[in-house]
Amino acid sequence: MGNENGFTMQFEKSLIELEKKIEEIRVFSSEKNIDMSEEIQRLQAKADVLKERIYRNLTPLQKVQVARHPKRPTFLEYVELIFDDFIELHGDRLFKDDPALVGGLASLNGIPVTVLGQQKGRDTKENIARNFGSPHPEGYRKAMRLMKQAERFGRPVITLVDVAGAYPGIEAEERGQGEAVAHSIMAMAGLKTPIIVVITGEGGSGGALAIAVGDRILMLEHAYYSVITPEGCASILWKDANEAPKAAEVLRLTAENLKEMKVIDEIIPEPLGGIHRDKVAGAKLLKEALVRNLQEILEVPGQDLLKLRYDKFKKIGAYS
Amino acid sequence: MLKDLFRTKPKYVTVRNYREETARQERDERAKKDLPDGLWIKCENCHQIIYHKDLEQNLQVCPKCDYHFRIGAKERLRQLLDESSFEELFADLSPTNPLNFPNYEKRLSKYQKETGLKEGVLTGVGKIEEIPVAIAVMDFFFLGGSMGSVVGEKISNTFEYAAANHLPMITVSASGGARMQEGILSLMQMAKTCQARNLLAEQGLVYISVLTDPTSGGVYASFASQGDINLAEPGAYIGFAGTRVIEQTIRQTLPEGFQKSEFLLQHGVLDLIVHRKEVRKTLARLLRFHQSTERAEANG
Repeated sequence: MGNENGFTMQFEKSLIELEKKIEEIRVFSSEKNIDMSEEIQRLQAKADVLKERIYRNLTPLQKVQVARHPKRPTFLEYVELIFDDFIELHGDRLFKDDPALVGGLASLNGIPVTVLGQQKGRDTKENIARNFGSPHPEGYRKAMRLMKQAERFGRPVITLVDVAGAYPGIEAEERGQGEAVAHSIMAMAGLKTPIIVVITGEGGSGGALAIAVGDRILMLEHAYYSVITPEGCASILWKDANEAPKAAEVLRLTAENLKEMKVIDEIIPEPLGGIHRDKVAGAKLLKEALVRNLQEILEVPGQDLLKLRYDKFKKIGAYS
Repeated sequence: MLKDLFRTKPKYVTVRNYREETARQERDERAKKDLPDGLWIKCENCHQIIYHKDLEQNLQVCPKCDYHFRIGAKERLRQLLDESSFEELFADLSPTNPLNFPNYEKRLSKYQKETGLKEGVLTGVGKIEEIPVAIAVMDFFFLGGSMGSVVGEKISNTFEYAAANHLPMITVSASGGARMQEGILSLMQMAKTCQARNLLAEQGLVYISVLTDPTSGGVYASFASQGDINLAEPGAYIGFAGTRVIEQTIRQTLPEGFQKSEFLLQHGVLDLIVHRKEVRKTLARLLRFHQSTERAEANG
């Protein structure tokens, strides 16, 4: 359900209310042992129509809101649903372990891989512990360490990107946030093992790109990826964060926009109503796409891999 | 202080257009500098009055307090390279408006007129004390030196040119970061420049990054922080996140000198801080250290 934690997105308020009502009737009918299945079916059909209408017509800013939904699956939930035998590996070997970026070894359909991504909290307490999934430099340095490790042992790398942005703070600057982001980008550009990137939620600027250079860039249907948040852009352009809907439009940050601009390779559909409504079904679609893309990339001869990756990013841009 | 009692504390956070504001200030400042001979300029750091010819002769550094004024790309090339040794490359690349971003074309043509540049970076080859180099110099006066498609393409082309021609590479950065008006395409220029920078590393060619005021956001977080040697001018603002963004996030005022070159040197991001008068000489010294390996590489 979308309304746990009391969080409701305005545009689906009517849907949430209907879903709540269905749930209440369900509870009532089972408690009192009264058969109300006809009523439930009727309301469910109504909810489905409503869901279809809302989710097929999301505006860019509404998509951003879905991407930020507190119930959207986080990195560890995807790992649980998609991979087998995950072993988390900690630390950057330099300063500390950053809980905002998690990585380790796992098996994808029997293929050993290194998987890593930003980890948002699933509740307020975990969010505080994980700094809302915004890594410090040591998070990106851990990512780099794990990717280098994968390269040494010939394991493909899979990254799941979901970050509002690399953390802007005093310690982050002291320890070279910019350097860490840049270094990670460079490391990925030169990594001699296949890399698949999935933008699963928020693709927040440099903090996202730091783990988003690869051979295939996939993106969930309602994820966004942008150089600046719509709110930030609106404050600069119109001096008013309330203009965010317009800014989200202008920035062309949806999966569809990015596919048109050839920044991403494939859009992974989400269950109707967003992946937070059906994590299992959503994860299944993501797994299918990961397995298929990985099989394709594993067929690319090693010596061509880096050249193709280089050309892929070299081509992006617009000029005359 | 008594006056502190009357200072109203802001109740909410306002996001101001810092980048554009400073760009505007800089333009005004430059307009002042472009005034005819015989005029005096007030140093914005020590507030002393400087004769404008003195400032010019002192490479736009305040002779009284050593404050380094921002300078454009053409002036920088004049200061760094042997006289008339610069040959521009990739000069035809011009920006477009891929997102149909409001007013972008208008702003571009305005900055083109003001700076006499097509875009925010000049790229090419030249010589420093007779040593041939590939060089890319950013211009903060062109839309805050922001990196869009053309800037990223020209810089990556220059890295590629250096790798293909066995030249050492120098970048002089002056930028507020990735260019908002080209959206995600600007972000991708960080990847494009970083991967091109890798080409030099593969060949054992030296890359020296000169960071000047300001170098921030997506430029600091890409090629500019990845020199074999990172050097900066004194007092330059260098950082990933903008001062205001950090203050809004942590709700504290930042300490004096935070994100200045001296702070970065202290925290291990920079190799050295070099006064503008010494930059050319220092680059030549550093380049000479790398000449023999580069020649061996070229011959081998």
